[in-house]
Amino acid sequence: MITSYNFEATSRRLRLYLASIRGFWRVFSKSRPAVVGLAMLVVLAFLAIFTEHLVLYNPFGIYPKSVLIPPSQAHPLGTDDLGRDILMLIMFGAKISLAVGFSSVFISSSIGITIGAISGYYGGRVEDVLMRLTDMLLIIPNFFLILIVVALFGSNMRNIVLIMGFTTWPGIARLLRAEFLSIRELEFVEAAHIVGASNLRIVFRHILPNAIYPVIVNASLQVGSAILTEAGLSFLGLGDPSLVSWGRMLSIAQLYMRRAWWMAAFPGVAIFITVMAFNLVGDGLNDALNPRLRER
Amino acid sequence: MSMKRYIFRRVPQLVPLIIFAIVLNFTLMHLAPGSPLDYLIGGGEVVPQEYIDKLNRDFGLDKPLHEQLIIYISNVFRGNFGNSYRYRAPVIQIIAQRIPNTLLLMTTSIVFAFILGVFLGISSSKKPYSFIDNIASSISILGYSIPTFWLGMLLIIVFAVNLRWLPSLGMSTMGMIGLTGWAAVIDTVRHLILPTITLGTAYLALYTRLTRASMLEELRKDYIITAWGKGLDDRTVYYKHAFRNAMLPIITVFGLNLGLMLTGATLTETVFSWPGLGRLVYESITTRDYPILMGIFIIVSITVVLANFIVDILYAVLDPRVRYK
Repeated sequence: MITSYNFEATSRRLRLYLASIRGFWRVFSKSRPAVVGLAMLVVLAFLAIFTEHLVLYNPFGIYPKSVLIPPSQAHPLGTDDLGRDILMLIMFGAKISLAVGFSSVFISSSIGITIGAISGYYGGRVEDVLMRLTDMLLIIPNFFLILIVVALFGSNMRNIVLIMGFTTWPGIARLLRAEFLSIRELEFVEAAHIVGASNLRIVFRHILPNAIYPVIVNASLQVGSAILTEAGLSFLGLGDPSLVSWGRMLSIAQLYMRRAWWMAAFPGVAIFITVMAFNLVGDGLNDALNPRLRER
Repeated sequence: MSMKRYIFRRVPQLVPLIIFAIVLNFTLMHLAPGSPLDYLIGGGEVVPQEYIDKLNRDFGLDKPLHEQLIIYISNVFRGNFGNSYRYRAPVIQIIAQRIPNTLLLMTTSIVFAFILGVFLGISSSKKPYSFIDNIASSISILGYSIPTFWLGMLLIIVFAVNLRWLPSLGMSTMGMIGLTGWAAVIDTVRHLILPTITLGTAYLALYTRLTRASMLEELRKDYIITAWGKGLDDRTVYYKHAFRNAMLPIITVFGLNLGLMLTGATLTETVFSWPGLGRLVYESITTRDYPILMGIFIIVSITVVLANFIVDILYAVLDPRVRYK
């Protein structure tokens, strides 16, 4: 038997969806900083994805003839102590920074969403235990925990991303739990219960879509701070030694501060701009997604 | 509820947190590749057998795990964090020597950030979206996004290397050990300026943003309208009435952000070779001096836990409503 496809319902859903995107964009685009931030992110993503096609030569070699050249036509941002072009290195660094930022935030958001949703939806003993754990982890200074784990377990990219993901979820869990606590009392959730929807369906179809906004905003801000954390770790000598990262470039630049200011200046600009872009977009998302602010 | 009873009721919540920090450290030490002994010696150094025997005795490394944990916790509570073989001294002693320097740097940074941040925050709350408000919000966005250590490097390049106005390394001028009295104080202050700005900037951003938001919240309330209605002058309304109430969230944030501040201090001290706890972290990483790293981790965790506790109490002192919840 062929079930007739309900075109009308689908197109209505699509229209609603498009309308909500338009509504979102209308508010988001009103804030100039947010649009600027988004534009910066698009450029960064482009650089990170197409790095290999954009660089002119291998940035991992050693070029004794071009050591520590100040910014010039051939090397717009100068060269480093091994004669490598800083601009190329920064482009490779973008890949690493964005990868670290997104993957660690993906891990921490997944854990935070799961724990926040479970404790907010079920409440009771489960909530007590999970929230006690969350509060404990929240109070332990993050950076030092990450630092000690990377120092003990070895500084490679996998360890850094995993440990950053596993330590930064408590904030997200608290946010989502708070949203769940208020939403689970609303009528439409009650209605879903009455028509016999399963717990899983209620959590994922009904509550989560309404509770996810603060998590999205938080994720954007967290990518920025993850990038800062990775840079800080690399700066202290705990970065992955086999990769080019902005923090490591700065760590090396420290030795040449008196002779080669460009080695210190430009990688920092890259970190600064990237983190700022995520912060600006986060603020913009907050204005556009937060229903309480949207009314204004 | 009296203040005493409130404090009394909160203390038991403190102990599990501190134990949690110690257990976490213990667990990491045992989970990490290699034997815990490696992390009690550190640095891949060759040490005499007597020293290893002493460590085995002190930390009961031949006993079952749960007994080791008890021994470890009691060691930590007695201030025994092990020894640094590299320094040939107990970890607690090495850390204690560095703490005053870090406290000095943190104090000046907080004072700098608090005074300027509160001033900017209040000024911008007087006229939202005015010129000064735009400056304040630019500062707070910049302060949030700038990597601490990079700001420090830029300040060194501009003010120490090129302009030669201020020193960039350490706490006192080399070869000037003989300085006494005011000359020594001035020398230290000169060394403090750049690190203070570096560490303080993130907090400047935070305090500015927070003061502004908190002030705007207060200024909407009825008692402020009453205050204006009574014909009080600007100063009294803003500083005596609104700011006193707006200060509460600022104090809480200070407690919550102490961990972040110690992170900033670590990076700042590394850039400026400031002989504090943070610089010790950096040195211990490069020399793989694990006992010190773990000691610092525990001490920092306990400090943050205690600071949050004190802030909670302070909050209850300042806002009596909290005590009755």
